[in-house]
Amino acid sequence: MMQRAFVFSSSNSISLQLSTPITPPVNAVFPERNRGWIAPYSPLQPPELRLRNYQRALPPVLCSGSDSVTNQQQMASQDERDPRISKISSVIRVIPDFPKPGILFQDITTLLLDIKAFRDTIDLFVERYRGKDISVVAGIEARGFIFGPPIALAIGAKFVPMRKPNKLPGEVISEEYSLEYGTDKMEMHVGAVQAGDRALIIDDLVATGGTLSAAIRLLERVGVHVVECACVIELPELKGRERLGDTPLFVLVSSA
Amino acid sequence: MFAAENGLKGDPRLQAISDAIRVVPHFPKQGIMFQDITTLLLDHKAFKDTVDIFVDRYRDMGVSVVAGVEARGFMFGPSIALAIGAKFVPLRKPKKLPGEVIAEAYELEYGTDCLEMHVEAVHPGERAIVIDDLVATGGTLSAAIRLLERVGAEVVECACVIGLREVQGQRRLDGKPLYILVEPREVDGCY
Repeated sequence: MMQRAFVFSSSNSISLQLSTPITPPVNAVFPERNRGWIAPYSPLQPPELRLRNYQRALPPVLCSGSDSVTNQQQMASQDERDPRISKISSVIRVIPDFPKPGILFQDITTLLLDIKAFRDTIDLFVERYRGKDISVVAGIEARGFIFGPPIALAIGAKFVPMRKPNKLPGEVISEEYSLEYGTDKMEMHVGAVQAGDRALIIDDLVATGGTLSAAIRLLERVGVHVVECACVIELPELKGRERLGDTPLFVLVSSA
Repeated sequence: MFAAENGLKGDPRLQAISDAIRVVPHFPKQGIMFQDITTLLLDHKAFKDTVDIFVDRYRDMGVSVVAGVEARGFMFGPSIALAIGAKFVPLRKPKKLPGEVIAEAYELEYGTDCLEMHVEAVHPGERAIVIDDLVATGGTLSAAIRLLERVGAEVVECACVIGLREVQGQRRLDGKPLYILVEPREVDGCY
């Protein structure tokens, strides 16, 4: 079955056919599963997503020698056979032709209705980042506001909202980024973060990576070290991972 | 009703929460003293205490739905929902939710706006709370209450971090109890 995946936000919209083979990233930890497919949404049956999940290896700064056993256990818990991840992917709803024809929208609101799956989602991130000296969790408006604060509270970090223009009341710095047509702007309060802070950036989904790269630039401009970007879902064909440059990306589910 | 009048009188957490909120004068326009909760989110202990106070209140009330109003309600609601074992339901501006929605209009100073909710998110008979950072006129919260009641949910309470001492002289909003942690501050010496 030929499916098209369109970008629903950000720039460089690329029309792709999902039958194109995908090359996993060089440092993917887990073997590639069978290719995923996205079924058209039907009210009679839940959509099935056959998903791979993979992660880049944590950069050395996050692991110490004494952490190696714990880290291996953390990676093992994110093994593709982890039942938590299959459950999470199964409760994400795919809505065709939203916001426009041809786009398959990954709707996380159904994940938020499943108490255990939502808790597991947060736990998977918290397990990865607790004890790693993360001082800032930056969440991207608006769905990043749903996942970011629970993670921040659990790991003892500040939560910093990255917002659309003219929402934040205090003095801001802003970063422009490209959309399919035109540009948008992301803002952060001056003084929310300090040079030397270690940050995560959280959003529900990464597509082309335009929004995440804008957030990385905003934080790096004020001397923050962005340790990792973390999303629930990745659309790998849109190559967002590459757009993030040296900043690692961690995702729970990969929707191909 | 204010938390201080409902079991939390003298609770030092409330003062710390109030102190952590920044007042930004004349935003978004002249004369408005904007209550900025982003500074509360930077204070891990005060942010955690905010969530804990709501969790302690709603944990044993049989609440199965926490509805959060976009966007600042999203910063508080999910943590509360996770801790009390409830669903989180985002109430959003128009055209953001991808599935089938119901909508409620509400009044602004000039014109109207609209709040939407996914129809399948909440079932008849569910007990719900509505969360937002601040209540002013109560227009947004009223729209939220109407949305939930239209699908047959029972709105147990509306909860906000900040609220005016008298919301038009009433401790309830459209007949629903209103639970507020702190009052707005007029001036801020820090910024």
